Amino acid sequence: MLQNIFQFLITGLTVGSTYALIALGFTLIFNVSHVVNFAQGEFVMLGAMAAIFFSGLKMPLFLAIILAIILTTFIGILFEKFAIERAKGASLTSLIIITIGASIFFRGLALVLWGKNTLSFQHFSGENPIRFLGATILPQHLWIISLTAIVVTVLAYFFSKTLFGKAILACSYNNKASKLIGINVNLMLVVSYGISAGIGALAGALIAPISYMSYDAGTMLGLKGFCAAILGGMGNSFGSVLGGLILGVVESMTSGIFSSAYKDAVSFIILLLLLFVRPQGLFGKGVSERV
Amino acid sequence: MKKNFMLTLMALFVFFTMVLSVSSISAADKEIKIGTFLSITGPASFLGDPELKTLQMYIEEINKKGGVNGNKLALYHYDDGGKSQDATEAVKKLIKKDRVDVILGGTTSGTSIAVIDIVEQEQIPFISMAGSIQIVDPVKKWVFKTPHTDKMAVEKIFEDMKKRGFTKIALISGDGGFDKSGHAQCVALAPKYGITLVSDEFYGNSDTDMTAQLTKIRSADAQAILNFGFGKAPAIVTKNIRQLDIKLPLYQSHGVASKDFLKLAGDAANGIRLPAAPLIVAEQLKDSDLLKKPLLDYKTKYEAKHGEISTFGGHAYDALMIAVKAIEKTKSVDKAKIRDEIEQIKDFPGTAGMFNMSATDHMGLALSSFKMVEVVNGNWKIVE
Repeated sequence: MLQNIFQFLITGLTVGSTYALIALGFTLIFNVSHVVNFAQGEFVMLGAMAAIFFSGLKMPLFLAIILAIILTTFIGILFEKFAIERAKGASLTSLIIITIGASIFFRGLALVLWGKNTLSFQHFSGENPIRFLGATILPQHLWIISLTAIVVTVLAYFFSKTLFGKAILACSYNNKASKLIGINVNLMLVVSYGISAGIGALAGALIAPISYMSYDAGTMLGLKGFCAAILGGMGNSFGSVLGGLILGVVESMTSGIFSSAYKDAVSFIILLLLLFVRPQGLFGKGVSERV
Repeated sequence: MKKNFMLTLMALFVFFTMVLSVSSISAADKEIKIGTFLSITGPASFLGDPELKTLQMYIEEINKKGGVNGNKLALYHYDDGGKSQDATEAVKKLIKKDRVDVILGGTTSGTSIAVIDIVEQEQIPFISMAGSIQIVDPVKKWVFKTPHTDKMAVEKIFEDMKKRGFTKIALISGDGGFDKSGHAQCVALAPKYGITLVSDEFYGNSDTDMTAQLTKIRSADAQAILNFGFGKAPAIVTKNIRQLDIKLPLYQSHGVASKDFLKLAGDAANGIRLPAAPLIVAEQLKDSDLLKKPLLDYKTKYEAKHGEISTFGGHAYDALMIAVKAIEKTKSVDKAKIRDEIEQIKDFPGTAGMFNMSATDHMGLALSSFKMVEVVNGNWKIVE
């Protein structure tokens, strides 16, 4: 039994780190504009599909992935320029509806470009499971966990140590004041959408070998990432990573120890309870409304 | 004078256009109208897509050969996106607006079941391309279907398990309609075959990892695993089993009987057994098998135009051919007569097997028409 629990834990952590990576994308855009970008899952899907497409052109694996990330980043920037920026001054709700519209558009685009079939992607370094204390883990899982860790560290450094990162954070605290002290708020928005899309694409390329990818797979992945971000406290990078890991472990423990039929129900109940008790999420700071 | 001439000309013009339009109406009247509603978009689109292509391809071919009883076939088609609501709307349009003579379609069990009430009320022959046994059990006067039922799939699998001496089975299934219906059949039929389900696990069809459920199954003392699922999830289950180094024999349902599944699961698929329509193993049938020629015919024609066949397109072929056969025989488009003829179809070699319809069986397929296949070196092989 102990060995099984260890396997559940490993499974939970690996699944959770994919949620975490997706949640990070939500957090970034939310930080700058307080918009929940519901097209985040589609960035994941686009990244994976593009990587599969490029590697299908006989490109080396890592070149294909980098190209896919660049392409998706570019799409993210275009999305900000032509959809979000145009709707300047619109209410938050309208902006969020725009992101939902964009997600439908991206899905349609992928459907036309790559068809309806589910596609597979090669594992980065083989498929032979690694045995570890009676549990098994795939090399791909190690890729996911380590790259998630790297992305989190780089982002943390970017936001706390660089002027540019600090400028983005400033926008999230007070848009008007940032403008007054000379921060180009528009540019910050463009950059955060670009980074979000890029991180999403990386997540997609990492997940695709394990979970495959199809034009409509982004929605569910996005939803899980959104839950993780809420759980950890929207707007908190470390929180969303922990939120992702917790969500993954809860899911796998529930299906392993209790019943897999209640897996999703249990995670949603935890999420709801948490929102009742701590609406700002596990690690989020409370929002204080100034009067 | 000149004015009069113009008037005459105009009168003539009006007269001729009227005559022409009248004659075009009567020509359209002679057309045999085939109505269809399929899931071209939405989650079941990969089923609906080959179905529509098949219908279009064969209707074109039949028309080139002069049609049925000298009348051309016309296809009226609506996309229901996999939604029951849209399916009922489409069928209402087909009946009231397009006035079709026969309705084919219903890609999914959900959309098919949703329209049963309307077709029964409007009394129009309807041939479904979906799996669920509920479509034809209990028998409804105007409703037929061409694919094997999920009940038959479970029976075929349990038969094979019994032959190999497996009595303790771990079941793992998804949360879609197909999976749930199959799961219910497994639970209901297991005692009949002396099989105990020692583990009964579930996953969400968009889940990315099933190792937790499979770890549980690993310690459940089962002799074989049965995965009833559809889409990419069974491929993930297959790979996860390999990852966890579980050596138990794995059975899948007919839901994965496509080349796509083999591509996704790769080497991990070797050794899997599943029941499938004979279409995917057409080449391996004995030459004496009456199904072999029509199956290979369909396969070559479809693949020449659209690439890789799937059993789903085959269901559309079967539905269309059964309808055409019935219309040919009645030599009319009288709906009641067409229905009676469909019920009389005997020894029709379709892609799903030999069809023998009757008043009590509106599917007409025997269990033997299902083939048990095993994946050997990334390809299907019939298990004798």
